[in-house]
Amino acid sequence: MTGLRYVYAVCRPFGTPLQAELTGVAGDPPRALAHHGLVAVVSHVPERDFAEEPLRRHLEDLDWLTETARAHQGVIDALTSVTTPLPLRLGTVFRDDSGVRMMIEAREEDFLRTLDRLEGRVEWGVKVYAESEPQESAQPAQKPASGRDYLRQRRMQTRSHEEMWQKAEAFSTRLHEELSAFAEDSRMHPPQNPALSKATGRNVLNAAYLVPRANSEEFVELVDRTKGEVPGMRIELTGPWAAYSFAGETT
Amino acid sequence: MTVVERREVALVDLLDRLLAGGVVITGDITLRIADVDLVRIDLNALISSVNAQVPSPFEELL
Repeated sequence: MTGLRYVYAVCRPFGTPLQAELTGVAGDPPRALAHHGLVAVVSHVPERDFAEEPLRRHLEDLDWLTETARAHQGVIDALTSVTTPLPLRLGTVFRDDSGVRMMIEAREEDFLRTLDRLEGRVEWGVKVYAESEPQESAQPAQKPASGRDYLRQRRMQTRSHEEMWQKAEAFSTRLHEELSAFAEDSRMHPPQNPALSKATGRNVLNAAYLVPRANSEEFVELVDRTKGEVPGMRIELTGPWAAYSFAGETT
Repeated sequence: MTVVERREVALVDLLDRLLAGGVVITGDITLRIADVDLVRIDLNALISSVNAQVPSPFEELL
């Protein structure tokens, strides 16, 4: 099959073959392209969907993006069970195999250095949400009897919201310090858009932590212990992920 | 682990990593690298239009 080359990850050579039933983006099984002591994991993708212009258009289509992101993640997940992959950003496409080989040659040293840094490490995601205050939702909204009443209610609401954000910020800062001290590295992602996450409460911390696989259990316990510590704060843990958030150059 | 960790990976968590993480490769041979800012902005616009009929999650705060 001709077409373009979609690259998921760069790895050191791994002995175990990928699962035969694994399909990547555009339904094409990923294959290993070995070059210069590194392996690029590649799918053949059609030009009509992955050339610059159609790809740009597709990236704005949430259904297409969802399908492609899940397929990309499926391949990275499969790689994680056999090696420590260095994941590439979604939508990294080359014209042909020789383009992929040239890229490997050009970035060889970077890749080897980053692969060493990430070897045996995984990424954990930790999010904190500030839930609406319980007393506020429990209390039925009273119809203000007067303008002054209304203003007083508004003032109280504003104050309690401010207190909640302060509390949320203090909690997140403390949690992040604690987790960063345990982890090898950390990255902050922007708070998530509630329309996309469909999560309740406001996302006040969205962080990623790089943790040696061997210490992961301890990290999870550390996060679990903070759950329920402060009322109104919800903590969500995701992972283990391939080290997506730490694949770039160190800051 | 709790139920949260076992359920399917949320799209939003995935996009945080796939559109903002991963190695970015630049150079002439690359046809296109997803432009994160562009995607984010367009995606936000798309999502707000999709959710126009759904009550705003911010209503309580107003």
